[in-house]
Amino acid sequence: MADVRSRLSVVSYRAFVWVGGLAVLACMIGPILLALVMSFNAGATLAFPPQGLSLRWYRLLLDPVASEPIHTAARNSVEVALATVVLVTVITAPAAFALARVPRRFSGTVEPVLLAPLVLPSLVYALAALLALSLLGLGPSFLAVLIGHAAVFAPLMFRTVLGLAQRSDPALEEASSTLGASRARTFLRISLPAILPGIVAGAFLVFMQSLDNVSVTLFLGDPGRTMLPLRLFAMLEESLDGRVAAVSGLLILAAALLLVILQRLGGRKDTP
Amino acid sequence: MIRRDTLMAWPMIGFMLLFFISPLLLLLGISLRGADGGWGFGNFAAFLSDPFSRGVLTGTLALGAKVTFFVSLAALPLVMLYWHGGPRLRGLILICTLLPMLTANVVRTFAWVVILGRNGPISQSMLALGLTDRPFSLLFSEMGLIMALVQIELPLLLLPVFAVLNRADRRTLEAAETLGAGPWRAWFSAIFPQIIPAVLAGWVLVFASATTSYVTQSVIGGARLIYLPQYVYREVGVLFQWPMAAAISILLLASTGIIMLGLTMLARHERLQGHG
Repeated sequence: MADVRSRLSVVSYRAFVWVGGLAVLACMIGPILLALVMSFNAGATLAFPPQGLSLRWYRLLLDPVASEPIHTAARNSVEVALATVVLVTVITAPAAFALARVPRRFSGTVEPVLLAPLVLPSLVYALAALLALSLLGLGPSFLAVLIGHAAVFAPLMFRTVLGLAQRSDPALEEASSTLGASRARTFLRISLPAILPGIVAGAFLVFMQSLDNVSVTLFLGDPGRTMLPLRLFAMLEESLDGRVAAVSGLLILAAALLLVILQRLGGRKDTP
Repeated sequence: MIRRDTLMAWPMIGFMLLFFISPLLLLLGISLRGADGGWGFGNFAAFLSDPFSRGVLTGTLALGAKVTFFVSLAALPLVMLYWHGGPRLRGLILICTLLPMLTANVVRTFAWVVILGRNGPISQSMLALGLTDRPFSLLFSEMGLIMALVQIELPLLLLPVFAVLNRADRRTLEAAETLGAGPWRAWFSAIFPQIIPAVLAGWVLVFASATTSYVTQSVIGGARLIYLPQYVYREVGVLFQWPMAAAISILLLASTGIIMLGLTMLARHERLQGHG
Protein backbone atom coordinates (compact mmCIF):
# COMPACT_ATOMS: atom_id res chain seq x y z
CA MET A 1 0.00 0.00 0.00
CA ALA A 2 2.74 2.40 1.02
CA ASP A 3 4.60 1.33 -2.10
CA VAL A 4 1.65 2.19 -4.35
CA ARG A 5 1.33 5.58 -2.71
CA SER A 6 4.98 6.43 -3.14
CA ARG A 7 4.88 5.33 -6.81
CA LEU A 8 1.80 7.46 -7.32
CA SER A 9 3.56 10.44 -5.79
CA VAL A 10 6.60 9.99 -8.08
CA VAL A 11 4.43 9.62 -11.20
CA SER A 12 2.21 12.59 -10.37
CA TYR A 13 5.27 14.70 -9.56
CA ARG A 14 6.97 13.86 -12.87
CA ALA A 15 3.78 14.49 -14.81
CA PHE A 16 3.22 17.83 -13.10
CA VAL A 17 6.78 19.00 -13.67
CA TRP A 18 7.26 17.83 -17.25
CA VAL A 19 3.78 18.13 -18.74
CA GLY A 20 2.90 21.26 -16.76
CA GLY A 21 6.29 22.88 -17.22
CA LEU A 22 6.47 22.29 -20.96
CA ALA A 23 2.86 23.44 -21.38
CA VAL A 24 3.57 26.72 -19.61
CA LEU A 25 6.74 27.12 -21.68
CA ALA A 26 4.68 26.67 -24.85
CA CYS A 27 2.09 29.21 -23.68
CA MET A 28 4.82 31.70 -22.93
CA ILE A 29 6.59 31.57 -26.27
CA GLY A 30 3.47 30.69 -28.30
CA PRO A 31 2.10 34.23 -28.75
CA ILE A 32 5.47 35.45 -30.05
CA LEU A 33 5.67 32.59 -32.58
CA LEU A 34 2.05 33.23 -33.55
CA ALA A 35 2.80 36.90 -34.22
CA LEU A 36 5.75 35.84 -36.36
CA VAL A 37 3.65 33.36 -38.37
CA MET A 38 0.89 35.94 -38.86
CA SER A 39 3.35 38.31 -40.48
CA PHE A 40 3.73 35.87 -43.39
CA ASN A 41 -0.03 35.50 -43.80
CA ALA A 42 -1.19 35.62 -47.40
CA GLY A 43 -4.84 36.29 -46.59
CA ALA A 44 -6.37 39.73 -46.31
CA THR A 45 -7.90 39.09 -42.88
CA LEU A 46 -6.11 38.11 -39.74
CA ALA A 47 -7.11 34.59 -38.88
CA PHE A 48 -5.16 31.76 -37.42
CA PRO A 49 -4.00 29.50 -39.01
CA PRO A 50 -3.01 31.85 -41.88
CA GLN A 51 -4.30 31.32 -45.40
CA GLY A 52 -1.04 30.57 -47.15
CA LEU A 53 2.35 32.20 -46.79
CA SER A 54 3.58 35.34 -48.50
CA LEU A 55 5.62 38.46 -47.97
CA ARG A 56 2.77 40.77 -49.00
CA TRP A 57 2.59 42.64 -45.65
CA TYR A 58 6.33 43.20 -45.59
CA ARG A 59 6.15 44.51 -49.17
CA LEU A 60 3.28 46.81 -48.25
CA LEU A 61 5.16 47.95 -45.15
CA LEU A 62 8.23 48.83 -47.20
CA ASP A 63 6.22 50.62 -49.88
CA PRO A 64 7.26 54.27 -49.52
CA VAL A 65 3.91 55.72 -50.64
CA ALA A 66 1.37 53.43 -48.96
CA SER A 67 3.22 53.28 -45.66
CA GLU A 68 4.54 56.82 -45.52
CA PRO A 69 2.97 57.63 -42.10
CA ILE A 70 4.55 54.52 -40.58
CA HIS A 71 7.94 55.42 -42.04
CA THR A 72 7.74 58.96 -40.66
CA ALA A 73 6.70 57.67 -37.25
CA ALA A 74 9.51 55.12 -37.27
CA ARG A 75 12.04 57.81 -38.23
CA ASN A 76 10.84 60.05 -35.39
CA SER A 77 11.06 57.19 -32.93
CA VAL A 78 14.54 56.15 -34.02
CA GLU A 79 15.74 59.76 -33.72
CA VAL A 80 14.42 59.98 -30.16
CA ALA A 81 15.81 56.54 -29.27
CA LEU A 82 19.29 57.38 -30.61
CA ALA A 83 19.34 60.74 -28.83
CA THR A 84 18.19 59.02 -25.63
CA VAL A 85 20.96 56.43 -25.88
CA VAL A 86 23.59 59.19 -26.31
CA LEU A 87 22.27 61.28 -23.41
CA VAL A 88 21.90 58.25 -21.12
CA THR A 89 25.41 57.00 -21.95
CA VAL A 90 27.00 60.41 -21.31
CA ILE A 91 25.44 60.89 -17.88
CA THR A 92 25.09 57.27 -16.70
CA ALA A 93 28.32 55.48 -17.56
CA PRO A 94 30.58 57.91 -15.59
CA ALA A 95 28.12 57.88 -12.68
CA ALA A 96 27.98 54.08 -12.47
CA PHE A 97 31.76 53.91 -12.82
CA ALA A 98 32.23 56.48 -10.06
CA LEU A 99 29.68 54.99 -7.65
CA ALA A 100 31.39 51.59 -7.87
CA ARG A 101 34.53 53.24 -6.45
CA VAL A 102 33.22 55.35 -3.57
CA PRO A 103 32.41 54.30 0.01
CA ARG A 104 29.16 52.37 0.43
CA ARG A 105 27.80 55.08 2.69
CA PHE A 106 27.53 57.49 -0.23
CA SER A 107 26.59 55.09 -3.00
CA GLY A 108 24.05 53.36 -0.74
CA THR A 109 22.04 56.55 -0.40
CA VAL A 110 22.29 57.53 -4.06
CA GLU A 111 21.63 54.19 -5.77
CA PRO A 112 17.95 53.81 -4.78
CA VAL A 113 17.22 57.26 -6.24
CA LEU A 114 18.96 56.35 -9.49
CA LEU A 115 17.12 53.00 -9.73
CA ALA A 116 13.68 54.28 -8.65
CA PRO A 117 12.32 54.78 -12.20
CA LEU A 118 12.44 50.99 -12.69
CA VAL A 119 9.51 50.43 -10.31
CA LEU A 120 7.60 53.69 -10.72
CA PRO A 121 4.63 53.44 -13.12
CA SER A 122 5.80 55.36 -16.17
CA LEU A 123 2.33 56.82 -16.70
CA VAL A 124 2.50 58.57 -13.34
CA TYR A 125 5.98 59.85 -14.16
CA ALA A 126 4.81 61.02 -17.59
CA LEU A 127 2.07 63.11 -16.01
CA ALA A 128 4.49 64.60 -13.47
CA ALA A 129 7.05 65.36 -16.16
CA LEU A 130 4.46 67.06 -18.36
CA LEU A 131 3.51 69.33 -15.44
CA ALA A 132 7.12 70.13 -14.54
CA LEU A 133 8.38 70.66 -18.07
CA SER A 134 5.38 72.87 -18.89
CA LEU A 135 6.32 75.06 -15.91
CA LEU A 136 9.82 75.32 -17.37
CA GLY A 137 8.24 76.52 -20.60
CA LEU A 138 8.96 73.21 -22.33
CA GLY A 139 5.67 71.85 -23.63
CA PRO A 140 5.31 68.60 -25.55
CA SER A 141 8.28 68.45 -27.89
CA PHE A 142 11.22 66.37 -29.08
CA LEU A 143 13.32 67.68 -26.18
CA ALA A 144 10.60 66.86 -23.63
CA VAL A 145 10.36 63.24 -24.88
CA LEU A 146 14.14 62.97 -24.83
CA ILE A 147 14.33 64.14 -21.20
CA GLY A 148 11.45 61.86 -20.19
CA HIS A 149 12.94 58.78 -21.85
CA ALA A 150 16.39 59.49 -20.41
CA ALA A 151 14.98 59.81 -16.87
CA VAL A 152 12.94 56.62 -17.13
CA PHE A 153 15.49 54.41 -18.93
CA ALA A 154 18.81 55.61 -17.48
CA PRO A 155 18.54 53.01 -14.67
CA LEU A 156 18.71 50.19 -17.25
CA MET A 157 22.20 51.26 -18.28
CA PHE A 158 23.16 52.31 -14.77
CA ARG A 159 22.59 48.75 -13.59
CA THR A 160 24.45 46.98 -16.40
CA VAL A 161 27.47 49.30 -16.05
CA LEU A 162 27.46 49.30 -12.24
CA GLY A 163 27.55 45.49 -12.18
CA LEU A 164 30.70 45.38 -14.32
CA ALA A 165 32.37 48.36 -12.64
CA GLN A 166 31.95 46.74 -9.23
CA ARG A 167 33.60 43.57 -10.48
CA SER A 168 36.55 45.30 -12.15
CA ASP A 169 39.67 45.59 -10.02
CA PRO A 170 40.76 49.14 -9.08
CA ALA A 171 44.28 47.79 -8.53
CA LEU A 172 44.66 47.53 -12.31
CA GLU A 173 44.07 51.27 -12.63
CA GLU A 174 46.56 52.02 -9.87
CA ALA A 175 49.11 49.76 -11.51
CA SER A 176 48.56 51.53 -14.81
CA SER A 177 49.13 54.99 -13.35
CA THR A 178 52.08 53.80 -11.26
CA LEU A 179 53.67 52.56 -14.45
CA GLY A 180 53.43 56.07 -15.86
CA ALA A 181 50.25 56.05 -17.91
CA SER A 182 48.30 59.32 -18.00
CA ARG A 183 44.77 59.45 -16.55
CA ALA A 184 43.29 59.54 -20.03
CA ARG A 185 45.37 56.58 -21.16
CA THR A 186 44.48 54.59 -18.05
CA PHE A 187 40.81 55.30 -18.65
CA LEU A 188 40.91 54.32 -22.32
CA ARG A 189 43.05 51.22 -21.89
CA ILE A 190 41.95 49.87 -18.50
CA SER A 191 38.70 51.32 -17.18
CA LEU A 192 36.69 51.68 -20.36
CA PRO A 193 37.23 48.12 -21.68
CA ALA A 194 36.07 46.78 -18.30
CA ILE A 195 32.68 48.53 -18.46
CA LEU A 196 32.21 48.60 -22.25
CA PRO A 197 30.05 45.43 -22.42
CA GLY A 198 27.75 47.03 -19.85
CA ILE A 199 27.50 50.19 -21.91
CA VAL A 200 26.72 48.25 -25.09
CA ALA A 201 24.13 46.02 -23.40
CA GLY A 202 22.61 49.04 -21.66
CA ALA A 203 22.53 51.02 -24.90
CA PHE A 204 20.58 48.26 -26.64
CA LEU A 205 18.12 47.94 -23.76
CA VAL A 206 17.58 51.71 -23.64
CA PHE A 207 17.18 51.89 -27.42
CA MET A 208 14.57 49.11 -27.53
CA GLN A 209 12.64 50.46 -24.55
CA SER A 210 12.62 53.98 -25.93
CA LEU A 211 11.36 52.68 -29.28
CA ASP A 212 8.61 50.78 -27.48
CA ASN A 213 7.51 53.34 -24.89
CA VAL A 214 3.94 54.57 -24.99
CA SER A 215 3.14 56.39 -21.72
CA VAL A 216 5.93 58.97 -21.75
CA THR A 217 5.65 59.50 -25.48
CA LEU A 218 1.88 59.91 -25.19
CA PHE A 219 2.15 62.76 -22.69
CA LEU A 220 5.39 64.48 -23.70
CA GLY A 221 5.39 63.94 -27.47
CA ASP A 222 4.65 66.72 -29.93
CA PRO A 223 1.14 65.87 -31.21
CA GLY A 224 2.24 66.85 -34.72
CA ARG A 225 5.01 64.26 -34.81
CA THR A 226 3.63 60.74 -34.34
CA MET A 227 5.95 58.14 -32.95
CA LEU A 228 6.07 54.46 -33.89
CA PRO A 229 4.35 52.80 -30.92
CA LEU A 230 1.49 55.31 -30.94
CA ARG A 231 1.03 54.86 -34.69
CA LEU A 232 1.04 51.07 -34.31
CA PHE A 233 -1.43 51.10 -31.45
CA ALA A 234 -3.72 53.35 -33.41
CA MET A 235 -3.57 50.83 -36.29
CA LEU A 236 -4.20 47.99 -33.85
CA GLU A 237 -7.28 49.69 -32.40
CA GLU A 238 -8.78 50.92 -35.69
CA SER A 239 -8.36 47.94 -37.95
CA LEU A 240 -6.34 44.77 -37.81
CA ASP A 241 -3.96 45.96 -40.49
CA GLY A 242 -1.62 43.16 -41.60
CA ARG A 243 1.24 45.61 -41.53
CA VAL A 244 1.11 45.50 -37.72
CA ALA A 245 2.07 41.84 -38.10
CA ALA A 246 4.94 42.75 -40.42
CA VAL A 247 6.25 45.37 -37.98
CA SER A 248 5.86 42.76 -35.22
CA GLY A 249 7.97 40.36 -37.26
CA LEU A 250 10.75 42.95 -37.52
CA LEU A 251 10.52 43.80 -33.81
CA ILE A 252 10.72 40.10 -32.85
CA LEU A 253 13.86 39.88 -34.97
CA ALA A 254 15.26 42.91 -33.13
CA ALA A 255 14.44 41.32 -29.75
CA ALA A 256 16.13 38.07 -30.78
CA LEU A 257 19.17 40.07 -31.87
CA LEU A 258 19.20 41.88 -28.52
CA LEU A 259 19.03 38.53 -26.74
CA VAL A 260 22.04 37.23 -28.70
CA ILE A 261 24.00 40.42 -27.93
CA LEU A 262 23.19 40.22 -24.22
CA GLN A 263 24.26 36.58 -24.07
CA ARG A 264 27.46 37.22 -26.03
CA LEU A 265 28.42 40.04 -23.72
CA GLY A 266 27.74 37.70 -20.84
CA GLY A 267 26.26 40.64 -18.99
CA ARG A 268 23.92 39.99 -16.10
CA LYS A 269 21.56 38.03 -18.26
CA ASP A 270 19.72 36.49 -15.34
CA THR A 271 18.64 39.92 -14.06
CA PRO A 272 17.89 42.15 -17.02
CA MET B 1 40.82 60.45 -6.13
CA ILE B 2 37.54 59.74 -4.33
CA ARG B 3 36.38 63.34 -4.61
CA ARG B 4 37.11 63.43 -8.30
CA ASP B 5 35.27 60.14 -8.81
CA THR B 6 32.09 61.34 -7.10
CA LEU B 7 32.28 64.40 -9.32
CA MET B 8 31.62 62.07 -12.28
CA ALA B 9 28.39 60.92 -10.65
CA TRP B 10 26.91 64.38 -10.19
CA PRO B 11 25.62 64.97 -13.73
CA MET B 12 23.37 61.91 -13.45
CA ILE B 13 22.35 62.65 -9.86
CA GLY B 14 21.56 66.25 -10.83
CA PHE B 15 19.61 65.13 -13.89
CA MET B 16 17.52 62.69 -11.87
CA LEU B 17 16.85 65.21 -9.08
CA LEU B 18 15.80 67.86 -11.58
CA PHE B 19 13.84 65.76 -14.06
CA PHE B 20 12.68 62.78 -12.01
CA ILE B 21 12.35 63.60 -8.31
CA SER B 22 11.15 67.19 -8.53
CA PRO B 23 8.37 66.47 -11.08
CA LEU B 24 7.00 63.85 -8.68
CA LEU B 25 7.08 66.31 -5.77
CA LEU B 26 5.34 68.83 -8.00
CA LEU B 27 2.70 66.21 -8.82
CA LEU B 28 2.12 65.64 -5.11
CA GLY B 29 1.78 69.40 -4.61
CA ILE B 30 -0.72 69.83 -7.42
CA SER B 31 -2.85 66.93 -6.17
CA LEU B 32 -3.46 68.97 -3.02
CA ARG B 33 -4.75 71.93 -5.01
CA GLY B 34 -8.50 72.44 -4.60
CA ALA B 35 -10.90 73.55 -7.31
CA ASP B 36 -11.45 76.83 -5.43
CA GLY B 37 -7.73 77.61 -5.41
CA GLY B 38 -7.17 76.50 -1.83
CA TRP B 39 -5.14 73.56 -0.59
CA GLY B 40 -6.25 70.31 0.97
CA PHE B 41 -7.26 66.74 0.39
CA GLY B 42 -10.43 67.70 -1.49
CA ASN B 43 -9.46 65.82 -4.68
CA PHE B 44 -8.75 62.64 -2.76
CA ALA B 45 -12.02 62.95 -0.84
CA ALA B 46 -13.96 63.58 -4.06
CA PHE B 47 -12.39 60.57 -5.74
CA LEU B 48 -12.89 58.21 -2.83
CA SER B 49 -16.48 59.29 -2.13
CA ASP B 50 -17.59 58.61 -5.71
CA PRO B 51 -18.68 54.94 -5.97
CA PHE B 52 -17.66 54.70 -9.65
CA SER B 53 -14.13 55.98 -8.97
CA ARG B 54 -13.82 53.79 -5.92
CA GLY B 55 -14.84 50.85 -8.10
CA VAL B 56 -12.07 51.70 -10.56
CA LEU B 57 -9.52 51.79 -7.74
CA THR B 58 -10.58 48.46 -6.21
CA GLY B 59 -10.96 46.95 -9.70
CA THR B 60 -7.39 47.91 -10.54
CA LEU B 61 -6.01 46.47 -7.32
CA ALA B 62 -8.10 43.31 -7.85
CA LEU B 63 -6.73 42.99 -11.38
CA GLY B 64 -3.19 43.17 -9.97
CA ALA B 65 -4.03 40.51 -7.37
CA LYS B 66 -5.66 38.16 -9.90
CA VAL B 67 -2.79 38.46 -12.36
CA THR B 68 -0.26 37.86 -9.57
CA PHE B 69 -2.20 34.77 -8.46
CA PHE B 70 -2.41 33.21 -11.93
CA VAL B 71 1.20 34.11 -12.72
CA SER B 72 2.27 32.23 -9.58
CA LEU B 73 0.12 29.25 -10.55
CA ALA B 74 1.63 29.12 -14.05
CA ALA B 75 5.15 29.70 -12.80
CA LEU B 76 5.18 26.73 -10.38
CA PRO B 77 5.61 23.80 -12.80
CA LEU B 78 8.02 25.77 -14.98
CA VAL B 79 10.16 26.71 -11.99
CA MET B 80 10.23 23.05 -10.94
CA LEU B 81 11.15 22.01 -14.47
CA TYR B 82 13.97 24.59 -14.45
CA TRP B 83 15.24 23.14 -11.20
CA HIS B 84 15.35 19.60 -12.60
CA GLY B 85 16.62 20.57 -16.03
CA GLY B 86 20.20 20.19 -17.22
CA PRO B 87 22.20 23.09 -18.68
CA ARG B 88 20.62 22.70 -22.13
CA LEU B 89 17.02 22.68 -20.90
CA ARG B 90 17.77 25.57 -18.54
CA GLY B 91 19.22 27.56 -21.43
CA LEU B 92 16.12 26.88 -23.52
CA ILE B 93 13.80 27.93 -20.69
CA LEU B 94 15.83 31.10 -20.13
CA ILE B 95 15.63 32.05 -23.83
CA CYS B 96 11.89 31.37 -23.90
CA THR B 97 11.54 33.60 -20.85
CA LEU B 98 13.69 36.46 -22.08
CA LEU B 99 12.43 36.65 -25.66
CA PRO B 100 8.82 37.62 -24.79
CA MET B 101 10.16 40.08 -22.24
CA LEU B 102 12.43 41.82 -24.72
CA THR B 103 9.78 41.84 -27.43
CA ALA B 104 7.98 45.11 -28.00
CA ASN B 105 4.71 45.74 -26.23
CA VAL B 106 2.85 46.16 -29.51
CA VAL B 107 3.88 42.67 -30.64
CA ARG B 108 2.63 41.00 -27.47
CA THR B 109 -0.62 42.95 -27.54
CA PHE B 110 -1.09 42.25 -31.24
CA ALA B 111 -0.58 38.53 -30.65
CA TRP B 112 -3.25 38.55 -27.94
CA VAL B 113 -5.70 40.48 -30.09
CA VAL B 114 -5.40 37.65 -32.64
CA ILE B 115 -5.51 34.85 -30.05
CA LEU B 116 -8.57 36.20 -28.25
CA GLY B 117 -10.41 37.29 -31.39
CA ARG B 118 -13.41 35.66 -33.04
CA ASN B 119 -11.21 33.94 -35.64
CA GLY B 120 -8.47 33.22 -33.15
CA PRO B 121 -7.15 29.81 -32.09
CA ILE B 122 -9.09 29.71 -28.79
CA SER B 123 -12.47 30.32 -30.39
CA GLN B 124 -11.68 28.06 -33.36
CA SER B 125 -10.52 25.10 -31.28
CA MET B 126 -13.52 25.35 -28.95
CA LEU B 127 -15.69 25.32 -32.06
CA ALA B 128 -13.87 22.31 -33.50
CA LEU B 129 -14.25 20.43 -30.22
CA GLY B 130 -17.95 21.17 -30.19
CA LEU B 131 -17.75 23.04 -26.88
CA THR B 132 -19.47 26.04 -28.41
CA ASP B 133 -21.77 26.34 -31.41
CA ARG B 134 -20.56 29.69 -32.72
CA PRO B 135 -17.29 31.65 -32.71
CA PHE B 136 -16.79 33.98 -29.75
CA SER B 137 -14.38 36.70 -28.80
CA LEU B 138 -12.60 37.09 -25.48
CA LEU B 139 -11.47 40.58 -26.41
CA PHE B 140 -12.79 43.32 -24.14
CA SER B 141 -13.41 40.78 -21.36
CA GLU B 142 -11.62 40.65 -18.05
CA MET B 143 -10.76 37.00 -18.61
CA GLY B 144 -9.02 37.81 -21.88
CA LEU B 145 -7.15 40.67 -20.26
CA ILE B 146 -5.97 38.48 -17.40
CA MET B 147 -4.77 35.77 -19.82
CA ALA B 148 -2.77 38.33 -21.79
CA LEU B 149 -1.31 39.97 -18.68
CA VAL B 150 -0.30 36.61 -17.21
CA GLN B 151 1.72 35.77 -20.32
CA ILE B 152 3.25 39.26 -20.42
CA GLU B 153 4.16 39.47 -16.71
CA LEU B 154 5.24 35.84 -16.16
CA PRO B 155 8.94 36.54 -16.92
CA LEU B 156 9.04 39.15 -14.16
CA LEU B 157 8.37 36.42 -11.60
CA LEU B 158 10.47 33.74 -13.28
CA LEU B 159 13.75 35.62 -13.63
CA PRO B 160 14.38 36.40 -9.94
CA VAL B 161 13.43 32.81 -9.03
CA PHE B 162 15.75 31.34 -11.70
CA ALA B 163 18.58 33.51 -10.36
CA VAL B 164 18.11 31.96 -6.91
CA LEU B 165 17.80 28.40 -8.26
CA ASN B 166 21.11 28.84 -10.10
CA ARG B 167 22.77 29.28 -6.70
CA ALA B 168 20.55 26.91 -4.69
CA ASP B 169 22.11 24.11 -2.75
CA ARG B 170 21.32 20.70 -4.28
CA ARG B 171 22.37 18.82 -1.17
CA THR B 172 19.29 19.96 0.76
CA LEU B 173 17.09 18.05 -1.69
CA GLU B 174 19.30 14.98 -1.47
CA ALA B 175 19.16 15.18 2.31
CA ALA B 176 15.36 15.35 2.24
CA GLU B 177 15.17 12.36 -0.11
CA THR B 178 17.63 10.37 1.98
CA LEU B 179 15.40 11.01 4.97
CA GLY B 180 12.55 9.39 3.06
CA ALA B 181 10.58 12.35 1.74
CA GLY B 182 8.68 11.78 -1.51
CA PRO B 183 9.43 14.11 -4.45
CA TRP B 184 6.58 16.54 -3.64
CA ARG B 185 7.53 16.83 -0.03
CA ALA B 186 11.25 17.05 -0.80
CA TRP B 187 10.70 19.92 -3.26
CA PHE B 188 8.38 21.90 -1.00
CA SER B 189 10.38 21.41 2.19
CA ALA B 190 13.91 21.68 0.80
CA ILE B 191 13.82 23.90 -2.29
CA PHE B 192 10.68 26.01 -1.99
CA PRO B 193 11.73 27.88 1.18
CA GLN B 194 14.90 29.00 -0.59
CA ILE B 195 12.96 30.75 -3.37
CA ILE B 196 10.36 32.51 -1.19
CA PRO B 197 12.23 35.86 -1.04
CA ALA B 198 12.63 35.81 -4.83
CA VAL B 199 8.94 34.98 -5.27
CA LEU B 200 7.94 37.95 -3.13
CA ALA B 201 10.31 40.21 -5.09
CA GLY B 202 8.73 38.88 -8.31
CA TRP B 203 5.22 39.53 -6.97
CA VAL B 204 6.15 43.17 -6.41
CA LEU B 205 7.18 43.51 -10.05
CA VAL B 206 4.20 41.59 -11.44
CA PHE B 207 1.67 43.49 -9.34
CA ALA B 208 3.14 46.91 -10.15
CA SER B 209 3.36 46.10 -13.83
CA ALA B 210 -0.13 44.58 -14.13
CA THR B 211 -1.89 47.48 -12.39
CA THR B 212 -0.17 50.13 -14.53
CA SER B 213 0.01 48.55 -18.00
CA TYR B 214 -1.98 51.25 -19.74
CA VAL B 215 -1.59 49.90 -23.27
CA THR B 216 -2.56 46.29 -22.68
CA GLN B 217 -5.44 47.34 -20.44
CA SER B 218 -6.88 49.70 -23.02
CA VAL B 219 -6.36 47.58 -26.15
CA ILE B 220 -7.35 44.17 -24.73
CA GLY B 221 -9.71 45.45 -22.02
CA GLY B 222 -11.44 47.90 -24.32
CA ALA B 223 -13.38 51.01 -23.42
CA ARG B 224 -15.80 49.39 -21.00
CA LEU B 225 -13.25 47.94 -18.58
CA ILE B 226 -11.72 51.00 -16.98
CA TYR B 227 -8.64 50.84 -14.77
CA LEU B 228 -6.74 53.62 -13.02
CA PRO B 229 -4.19 54.37 -15.78
CA GLN B 230 -6.97 54.98 -18.33
CA TYR B 231 -8.85 57.01 -15.73
CA VAL B 232 -5.80 59.23 -15.24
CA TYR B 233 -5.34 59.61 -18.98
CA ARG B 234 -9.01 60.56 -19.41
CA GLU B 235 -8.82 63.20 -16.67
CA VAL B 236 -5.84 64.82 -18.38
CA GLY B 237 -6.27 64.15 -22.08
CA VAL B 238 -10.02 64.64 -22.31
CA LEU B 239 -11.17 66.62 -19.29
CA PHE B 240 -7.99 68.63 -18.49
CA GLN B 241 -8.60 68.04 -14.77
CA TRP B 242 -4.98 68.39 -13.71
CA PRO B 243 -5.33 68.38 -9.91
CA MET B 244 -7.74 65.43 -10.08
CA ALA B 245 -5.43 63.49 -12.41
CA ALA B 246 -2.53 64.23 -10.07
CA ALA B 247 -4.54 63.02 -7.08
CA ILE B 248 -5.49 59.77 -8.85
CA SER B 249 -1.86 59.20 -9.82
CA ILE B 250 -0.78 59.72 -6.24
CA LEU B 251 -3.48 57.26 -5.11
CA LEU B 252 -2.28 54.72 -7.70
CA LEU B 253 1.28 55.23 -6.52
CA ALA B 254 0.36 55.06 -2.84
CA SER B 255 -1.82 51.96 -3.07
CA THR B 256 0.63 49.96 -5.19
CA GLY B 257 3.45 51.39 -3.07
CA ILE B 258 1.91 50.18 0.19
CA ILE B 259 1.39 46.68 -1.21
CA MET B 260 4.94 46.63 -2.61
CA LEU B 261 6.36 47.84 0.69
CA GLY B 262 4.43 45.14 2.53
CA LEU B 263 5.74 42.41 0.23
CA THR B 264 9.30 43.74 0.44
CA MET B 265 9.16 43.76 4.23
CA LEU B 266 7.80 40.24 4.17
CA ALA B 267 10.71 39.20 1.94
CA ARG B 268 13.22 40.73 4.38
CA HIS B 269 11.45 39.03 7.25
CA GLU B 270 11.57 35.60 5.61
CA ARG B 271 15.25 36.03 4.95
CA LEU B 272 15.81 36.96 8.58
CA GLN B 273 14.04 33.80 9.63
CA GLY B 274 17.07 32.13 8.43
CA HIS B 275 18.15 30.28 5.36
CA GLY B 276 21.24 32.44 5.29
